Amino acid sequence: MEFALISLLNGASYGMLLFMLSSGLTLIFGMMGVLNFAHASFYMLGAYFAFQVSSSLGWWPALLMVPLLVGLLGAGVERFGLRRVHRFGHVAELLFTFGLAFMIEEIVHLAWGRNAVDYAVPAELDGTLFTLFNTAFPVYRGLMIVVSAGMMATLYLLLTRTRIGLIIQAALTHPEMAESLGHNVPRVFMLTFGMGCAMAGLAGVIGGNAFVTEPSMAAAMGSIVFVVVVVGGLGSMGGALAASLLIGVLQTFAVGIEWRPLAALGPGAADSVLQQLATLKLSQMAPILPYLLMVAMLIVRPRGLMGQRED
Amino acid sequence: MTPSHRDLLLGWLGFALALALLPLALQSDFALSVASKIGIAIVFALSYNMLLGQGGMLSFGHAVYSGLGGYFTIHVLAAVNDGRVDLPVSLLPLVGGLAGMGFAVLLGWVSTRRAGTTFAMISLGIGELVTACVLMVPAFFGGEAGISANRVTGSAWLGIDFASQTQMYYLIAAWALVCVAAMHYLTRTPFGRLANAVRDNPERVAFVGYSTRLVRYQLMVLAGLFAGISGGLAALNNEIVTIETVGAHASGLVLLMVFIGGMGYFTGPIIGAIVVTLLQTVVSTYTHAWLFYFGLLFLVMVLFAPGGFASLLAGGSATLRAPGALQRTLPSLLLGLVALASLLAASVLAVESAYRLWSGSAKATLAWGTLQLDPASASPWLVAAVLTALGAALLVACGRIGPAKELA
Repeated sequence: MEFALISLLNGASYGMLLFMLSSGLTLIFGMMGVLNFAHASFYMLGAYFAFQVSSSLGWWPALLMVPLLVGLLGAGVERFGLRRVHRFGHVAELLFTFGLAFMIEEIVHLAWGRNAVDYAVPAELDGTLFTLFNTAFPVYRGLMIVVSAGMMATLYLLLTRTRIGLIIQAALTHPEMAESLGHNVPRVFMLTFGMGCAMAGLAGVIGGNAFVTEPSMAAAMGSIVFVVVVVGGLGSMGGALAASLLIGVLQTFAVGIEWRPLAALGPGAADSVLQQLATLKLSQMAPILPYLLMVAMLIVRPRGLMGQRED
Repeated sequence: MTPSHRDLLLGWLGFALALALLPLALQSDFALSVASKIGIAIVFALSYNMLLGQGGMLSFGHAVYSGLGGYFTIHVLAAVNDGRVDLPVSLLPLVGGLAGMGFAVLLGWVSTRRAGTTFAMISLGIGELVTACVLMVPAFFGGEAGISANRVTGSAWLGIDFASQTQMYYLIAAWALVCVAAMHYLTRTPFGRLANAVRDNPERVAFVGYSTRLVRYQLMVLAGLFAGISGGLAALNNEIVTIETVGAHASGLVLLMVFIGGMGYFTGPIIGAIVVTLLQTVVSTYTHAWLFYFGLLFLVMVLFAPGGFASLLAGGSATLRAPGALQRTLPSLLLGLVALASLLAASVLAVESAYRLWSGSAKATLAWGTLQLDPASASPWLVAAVLTALGAALLVACGRIGPAKELA
């Protein structure tokens, strides 16, 4: 019971972090048809910028400034890079963001080195929020949930209750019509791309110190976020939310379970392949579970949880 | 024999002759090992282009097939070492090929269910899945350290024991020639044309009555075969297979190779393999920032020359063949080259200075011959700024005076 509740809470906070990334990715994909390969790189930039800003100005200014900075950077990338390759088609756009991810990782290598930086949780947030049975739940985890839920609510209200949100939605589904009604659709695209990147940057600020801030964080997070988007259904916001929470909880639970799922393969000879497979614990298999879920989903329901039928 | 057939035959003979004579021109062992790496990369890049160029399938996990092919090859080689199996070493790449093909049969069945962007994401996920699994079973994959074996083993046939790099080079060259010829033949078969049709207009192919999924699947299996052969060759060449060979980085590298070379041309991946392997082996001995230059080259190609080097060459030669074209284009061409050179020099100067400043390494000054620059002073940055301005001005001038656009 204790394990289940704590894992559920931790899983929810991790899942919400995944949603901050996957929602931006979904928004950008839904609008421009571009799969932003560099999305997780903006998450990484958010974490590194936050490390830099919080070491001189403090963590709270970083929470405000860094998403803006990353968002501006993203808007610039759209304006001067993506818009240019747009005419060469979707593959060229995807390749552009792939090259960008490659470059950002190299720039991080050059600027901050190859090892993890010491981006720590601020001292005033480094405490226990409440104790459930005997396990402490940290304040920072609670803050992560609050920040991401706040962002989610803001995004929802922005998209459904404001004028700019209506224009974004119109440009999502009917770009030509929105353009002929006098709206500057390329600017809306730039704004949306920047917004998605700002969300990734915010996720980096609050996720970088909860986990580790290192150059490989973008690649690790990026592939999980892609799995989330495929499992949820490409372009579906509700699907992204459901899949984020599902994968967040799944991975958090798996890490704490010692069960050996392949034990039926039997006790083979010592150090043989079968013996090693049979002694694998579920906790050791946690990193591959999202990918297995994705493969299973593709076999059972290729369009994802809430995606539109493609073929 | 029609003239086009004769040209083709002459081209292949020339290619074979060039491969055979290359070691005579290369004096050092280092150059020969670079040439061997290029041969392996050519097979791998061409097999990747079967997916991307021919079938329009953007894969982010192609190294899975070459890497697993490498692991199976090295295991069979180790078995030959122990005397458990008796196979000639020269045929071992085929083991890798069969392994790559087997995994493509297995994994491709899932990934080719979808096309386009979804396929790209699935291939990435499968790549991550395989990488994670490789770490979980050290009994077969050797964990972080990898698996190694000795290629000088078994009965030496005609005295060829692969002890020297020259003999290894000839083995790679022979396999590369066979694979390149087979993949080129494949582009000219009805199946190759069908794959192009699936790339260009899948709905119509489906209406004609073909299963687009089946075509993608078959293409994937064939690409897996050739990727596996390249992995087997790499295993023999390095005598070790590590987890990096299946990883996302290797998959990304082959994508960059094919794109930089030009995915629309059969020769494109070959050019890309040569350029990227040279960058990887030669430039990396001079600077730690080689991956940065590599990424920069890729981005510049995506933005300004999406057809790759092959299309630049083809466009250039077509322009120059027109009557009187040389006189017309030469000034702008030269100007453009000078502009590019100065922009390149500016970015190299800026990147190297920045790298030395940030890393705070012992080699803090930039040295080039007798020229010494201190990155903490203003001088290298000023020079870089002047070079950038010069390059930009020349590019503008180049666009004004001549038909430089014809070249792009």
